[in-house]
Amino acid sequence: MRICVQTEDFDSGAEIIRLAGQSNGVGAVNSFVGFVRDNNEDTHVGSLFLEHYPGMTEKQIEAILGEAEQRWAVLSATVIHRVGELKPGEQIVFVGVASPHRGDAFDACEFIIDYLKTRATFWKKESTPDGFRWLETRQTDVESADKWKQPT
Amino acid sequence: MNIKIVLFASLRETLDSDGLAFEVAPASTVASAIGALGASCGDAWLQVLSEANVLTAVNHTMVDDNHVLVEGDELAFFPPVTGG
Repeated sequence: MRICVQTEDFDSGAEIIRLAGQSNGVGAVNSFVGFVRDNNEDTHVGSLFLEHYPGMTEKQIEAILGEAEQRWAVLSATVIHRVGELKPGEQIVFVGVASPHRGDAFDACEFIIDYLKTRATFWKKESTPDGFRWLETRQTDVESADKWKQPT
Repeated sequence: MNIKIVLFASLRETLDSDGLAFEVAPASTVASAIGALGASCGDAWLQVLSEANVLTAVNHTMVDDNHVLVEGDELAFFPPVTGG
């Protein structure tokens, strides 16, 4: 697995090629890329500042990828998450999964981004015409993550 | 015993601190450390850190208020996460 928390931008195409090249058993690569929007809750967003908890963030992403590997046939997985100041239109996050078949690649990729949003220690602060505001957890994100819960 | 307190995001801004080295009684829990922080750093700390949605981690692992601390622990407080 490949985990990067970085200020720099990333090349999604290169990441997909890297995932596909992990083995000749790869039959499908599914990827998700998140971007900064210029609006949120009817307010213009000029920029976004992303903070994280170094050390804990990487550990949590590792745990999320570990769980994905247990639940689906994952041959390789990549998470790249940017931090620092980002402008609308910029890429924030890349999730990619290589699997033997598409079903596992789709499900594992969606699971990883849903869990990232609710479990990894990142926080977003928006710059709006009224000043800075920290984002609050969206209920829809919690519900998206909850759907992956397994009966214990 | 000595522990390290770290704060993130809105908590860091509200309390105007990114953390501090702090001394608590041996076998203190997270809850008692919050009480000690309030007594030492001011009521605002007790009020902010006691809010229901504040999350707590010790040495990069999520814990609850009953978790028992040991010497050298890194105790982190932060709001619900909003990445992705």
